[in-house]
Amino acid sequence: MVTQTIQDPNRDPVSYSIQLAKINKHFGAVKANVDVDLNVVKGEIHAIVGENGAGKSTLMSILYGFYEADSGSIYVDGEAVRINDSKRAIELGIGMVHQHFMLVDNFTVLENIVLGAEGSWSLTSSLYKARNKLQAISDQYGLNVDLDAVVSQLPVGLQQRVEILKALYRDAKILILDEPTGVLTPQEVDQLFAILKTLKSQGVSVLLITHKLQEVIAISDQVSVMRAGAMVATVKTSETSREALAELMVGRKVLLRVDKHVANPGKTLLQVDSLTWHDETDVPRLDDVSFKVKAGEIVGVAGVSGNGQTELLGLLSGMLDVQQGQINIEGICIDAQHQMTPKQIRHLGVGHVAEDRHRNGMVGAFSAEETAIMGFQDEPEFNGKILQNRLAITEHCKSLMNTFDVRPADPDLKSASFSGGNQQKLCIAREMNVSPKVLLVGQPTRGVDIGAIEFIHQQIVSLRDQGSAVLVVSVELEEILSLCDRVLVMSEGRIVGNVLASETDARSLGLMMSSSRSGDQMVQQGSQS
Amino acid sequence: MEFSVQLISALDSTLRLAAPLVLCAMAGLFSERSGIVDIGLEGKMLAGAFAAAAVTAVTGSVWLGLLAAILVSIMMALLHGFACITHRGDQVVSGLAINILAAGLTVVLGIAWFRRGGQTPSLGSDERFGPLTWPLSESLSDVPLLGPVYTELLSGHNLLVYVALMAVPMTAWIVFKTRFGLRLRAVGENPQAVDTAGISVAWLRYRAVIMAGLLCGLAGAYLSIALGAGFIKDMSAGKGYIALAALIFGKWRPYPALFACLLFGFLEAVATRMQGVQLPVVGEIDVQLMQALPYILTVILLAGFIGRAIAPKAIGTPYSKDRA
Repeated sequence: MVTQTIQDPNRDPVSYSIQLAKINKHFGAVKANVDVDLNVVKGEIHAIVGENGAGKSTLMSILYGFYEADSGSIYVDGEAVRINDSKRAIELGIGMVHQHFMLVDNFTVLENIVLGAEGSWSLTSSLYKARNKLQAISDQYGLNVDLDAVVSQLPVGLQQRVEILKALYRDAKILILDEPTGVLTPQEVDQLFAILKTLKSQGVSVLLITHKLQEVIAISDQVSVMRAGAMVATVKTSETSREALAELMVGRKVLLRVDKHVANPGKTLLQVDSLTWHDETDVPRLDDVSFKVKAGEIVGVAGVSGNGQTELLGLLSGMLDVQQGQINIEGICIDAQHQMTPKQIRHLGVGHVAEDRHRNGMVGAFSAEETAIMGFQDEPEFNGKILQNRLAITEHCKSLMNTFDVRPADPDLKSASFSGGNQQKLCIAREMNVSPKVLLVGQPTRGVDIGAIEFIHQQIVSLRDQGSAVLVVSVELEEILSLCDRVLVMSEGRIVGNVLASETDARSLGLMMSSSRSGDQMVQQGSQS
Repeated sequence: MEFSVQLISALDSTLRLAAPLVLCAMAGLFSERSGIVDIGLEGKMLAGAFAAAAVTAVTGSVWLGLLAAILVSIMMALLHGFACITHRGDQVVSGLAINILAAGLTVVLGIAWFRRGGQTPSLGSDERFGPLTWPLSESLSDVPLLGPVYTELLSGHNLLVYVALMAVPMTAWIVFKTRFGLRLRAVGENPQAVDTAGISVAWLRYRAVIMAGLLCGLAGAYLSIALGAGFIKDMSAGKGYIALAALIFGKWRPYPALFACLLFGFLEAVATRMQGVQLPVVGEIDVQLMQALPYILTVILLAGFIGRAIAPKAIGTPYSKDRA
């Protein structure tokens, strides 16, 4: 482990590895980047924060040659360059770790790293040469991965390491990481940060794109804040705080912790007993899951994604059929003999904000007013004798948009044209509008701006205070800890922890989450070298 | 003895019948491994067959005929590429269009040029790829067992049969042992990974469909100027589809696909021999049933016996840079 960064005493005090000057980029009428300047000091970790749609990704795509800027200049190591494709960016020593890993799942680690940088036409000889070079790199940076492992079988933390190795193999001196911690456990985040510090000590400049402000504070040297396509500030990390950064990002003061009273749980509204579920290949996805959610409490389900949370929500909402065990909603029992459709479950008073809103929560091509009645399309209030009552549907959507501050408040606009936060607000508005007794929420703030997060959290808390039982599934531990009253920890389809949110912290949740992960051992090995 | 002679003769026709399937399956393998669905194998092969027969009939040279088949088939492949890669069209629709185009155009041009109701003039034996007799096959033919295998089964096929058999190890080598192969497999699984590695997705896919065109051209030439002696309307007779089935059956891998092609070829060879033969218990088997066997077999085997055939992940989806 690296405990201290090594400063090069001979280093030029203002030596920049990347300079962007007056970058402009627009897509149609949307200005994604407006006169953006950015100076990255060599060998520093430079964070870029901003809400969704602030232009961070566009800026990085310009730097990595995915898009070309409409105007503006790029300097690498002080020299003006033109980057018109990724190949050019790679040649200039720029490497990028994308948010969604750019790995071929059924290839080995070695094949993935070599892809595009093979050297000769013969694969056998390039793989052989690469193996030697990679040995040297992993010794230098302390990055150990089994080169012959198939990527799809590695835990995400190691997959990310493969991405970093890929960049270093191409001699990257500037590494861009786009939302690198989204899929990691707190322990994996620590390991990633240790790697980033090693890279920094070896003179690599790191550009970190993120929305997690506490991580920015923990790791970066400088922070640049983007808002609405423009660079609004660049500050030294040591001279700023989370609150100050959040305010810069949103343009107003933001409450980072959820403001709520202590919960006052009433009778049990949702009870799950010994729920076990196998997928079509007979892999157990849920294993003997039991818990209760009471009126007036918010119960969070924490865990790395893919540990059974999706299946749990699927069963509770009726999208999957119960195989073993039972679900009890206010005394009404659902089990293998008594299945219920999502519609029937909805009529029991269960609202469901789907985890993947693009797949299960809305139809992108539908107008907002159509999205706003999905699941309620058969209700008499929206229907005439034969045709739908479009007037009522439009009015309904308008009123939802007003109460939940959906912008723009245009019921005719295509659902896909709204920002992530506004789509989510519309989906939540739809589910909360009928005051459900039980509300299931999957990833309440995935892809949602910081300003909207605050609003969504407040709405969930107010529903709780009206006496509903709320089950929140989220991969964001911060969110679980600040929003929920009680936390269930899921790992490999089992509930491995049940604690009060006020009596735990991210670290201990993280330990529970990784307690039985199969990839654990490999992750451990990597960090010791 | 009678049985072994029968068997060797059946295996001999298996090779002849499987050769175009093998070439097409390898063609499909290149295309589909790159992520481009190739339902147009049939059309490319048919167009190739026509070009080979027409050019050979006019020039008298099989080599010019072969070249013409390859060029025409590659042009059809490029058309498919232009629709699917450059313009991100639907790959199945484009493939079907190519099949329909080939079926219609070959007949129309055949009538216009040769005035024989869509057929090309029949070719003499020096205008076809004739059988190649292997050295010593005469003298070895009396050796028990090995002799007939050598003389009857292995020796005496035309050049394109051997090319088809060679195409399999060549394909395996290219796909698994070369840089192009690595990139080909990658682009069919995750084109974004290829793009971000600084490689052009479009150019890579174009090269894959060109390979497919080349191999389909060989298959077409085989039909009209090696196995047959001239072009006949719709002479590909669904072989392109069977080859596609064999490819899926072989899970997009060269050797299993070869095995599937041989199996289908064998069924066809047996089907021909079964005509009019009275079998004990069941009696005479319907020819149509035997001819349908490859398809029935594919459906049954795909449905359960060989497990799920996992296609290249990005197959059928046009690649666009925009991630939104």
